[in-house]
Amino acid sequence: MSLTRQDVEKIAHLARLSITAQEMPVYVSSLSSIVDFVDELSRTDTEGVLPMAHPLDGQHQRLRADVVSESDHHQKYQLNAPAVTAGLYVVPRVIE
Amino acid sequence: MLHNLFIGELADRLGKREISSVELTRHFLSRIERLNPALNAFITLTGDRALTDAAAADARLGKGERGPLLGIPLIHKDIFCTDGVKTTCGSRMLDNFVAPYDATVVARLKGAGTVMLGKSNMDEFAMGSSNETSYYGPVKNPWDTAKVPGGSSGGSAAATAARLTPFATGTDTGGSIRQPAALTGVTGLKPTYGRVSRYGMIAFASSLDQAGVFARSAGDAAAALQVMAGFDPRDSTSVDVPVPDYSRNLNQPLKGMKIGLLREFFEGLEARNAALLEAALNIYTGLGAETREVSLPHLPLSVPTYYVVAPAECSSNLSRFDGVRYGYRCENPKDLMDLYKRSRGEGFGAEVKRRIMTGTYVLSAGYFDAYYLKAQKARRLITDDFRSAFEKVDLVIGPTTPTPAFDIGAKMNDPVLMYLNDIYTIGANLAGLPGVSVPCGFVDGLPMGLQLIGPHFAEAKLLNAAHQYQQATDWHMHAPRGYES
Repeated sequence: MSLTRQDVEKIAHLARLSITAQEMPVYVSSLSSIVDFVDELSRTDTEGVLPMAHPLDGQHQRLRADVVSESDHHQKYQLNAPAVTAGLYVVPRVIE
Repeated sequence: MLHNLFIGELADRLGKREISSVELTRHFLSRIERLNPALNAFITLTGDRALTDAAAADARLGKGERGPLLGIPLIHKDIFCTDGVKTTCGSRMLDNFVAPYDATVVARLKGAGTVMLGKSNMDEFAMGSSNETSYYGPVKNPWDTAKVPGGSSGGSAAATAARLTPFATGTDTGGSIRQPAALTGVTGLKPTYGRVSRYGMIAFASSLDQAGVFARSAGDAAAALQVMAGFDPRDSTSVDVPVPDYSRNLNQPLKGMKIGLLREFFEGLEARNAALLEAALNIYTGLGAETREVSLPHLPLSVPTYYVVAPAECSSNLSRFDGVRYGYRCENPKDLMDLYKRSRGEGFGAEVKRRIMTGTYVLSAGYFDAYYLKAQKARRLITDDFRSAFEKVDLVIGPTTPTPAFDIGAKMNDPVLMYLNDIYTIGANLAGLPGVSVPCGFVDGLPMGLQLIGPHFAEAKLLNAAHQYQQATDWHMHAPRGYES
């Protein structure tokens, strides 16, 4: 069950990845072989088997008390930002 | 020679003030300067910082403080956030990223008095089995620099094997500690899922990732794990289970230990690999262990299951890299969509994009049940198989890799062929089990590893079995030619 170029274009769009025209055939081919490879799973009988999202049974999301435990580090964290003005991240216009 | 000593021996000399941490650190820094260019095992060297940290360790030692890792140098895989130090995850996406905090693993090892020599090279975002996908170029295997060291923790493995550091941290999602440890002739330990905190460890696949260690002996690995392991409230998958003394039981005799030979691992095993395993089994029975065959019939599903689950989780984890708050941003984005697509398209390498797209596909509408849900069911079947096996045996044994190290470039055009390198290691990640690889001999002059896998939280038993094997053999003592002195 190979993937088509349109399939890969759609997936790339969902994943927000730009793929150039030259790169496209390589991705179509390699993604198709990966999908063919994992298709082996479809031949496995999993009737009545519960899906497993997590390797350890019995884990649940711990909660903590709703108290402030951190302080404001935004200046330090924003040192890595591509573009910052007045503590705000600058991006191309989003809303017309 | 200092770089051939084990951690315990180094700690002893530091404690007796026969050497200082500064001298020890200088020794490794000068080896790195001389020997690393041929290996490319590092992305960032932190020489100045290391000397400052070494001086601080010497001050603590001077006041009479002692500790198993106090003053001992190490390297961190470049997947761990290190405060004030570039943390790239082997990717162009984070080439400009200076971590603003320490990962818990880093903080704990720092608190124990270790001295960080640098950040090691790795496959990009931990995706790879050969350290060839790094933005910073491939790492070379010190046993033969035309060959790969394995991956994704190739830099940590190569540097440990080349004696450029006493030990190194790594991460293992599908085998990324155990496989490179086998290919470079060192000891590599992946703990139980949840044993070591993932806080500050850049996420690839959240239900599989685990931090661990490379060292030249089980004893050294135990000393490192002792500091790394333990509950961390900042990691919501961290398990609150007491940490035993990993060094105390190393010398426990193996009499009566039941070791399971995994039938599915031994089927079709290449003859010379099988011969090394056979020899290892004889050592174990000689030490008093009993061996018996166990079967994990669903184990052959491991690789396809992993290559659905891991890409799915990675596609979610890597969605945070969007060019907005940190990391690579493309030039002159024309709108938000262009910002996202080109920052990610240009910032990520090919294997990362392949896996993000595989993950996106298997999670997408119309395919979720057929792939992702199906893989989660297969995961349970594999995990249940291990659970049944551990009702009959204490540990299971098998090879770590199908072959010794392969040539750089040999498998880069065929992703599926590359994925099959992980065939023996992946099962333990899917089931969350601890595993260790130890050197067990050579094929074509290249190291091979044997792997022991245990039930959840059985690290002490694994290290005991590994240590006893290393007392009865000397494979772990071999250094690659040119790196002994």
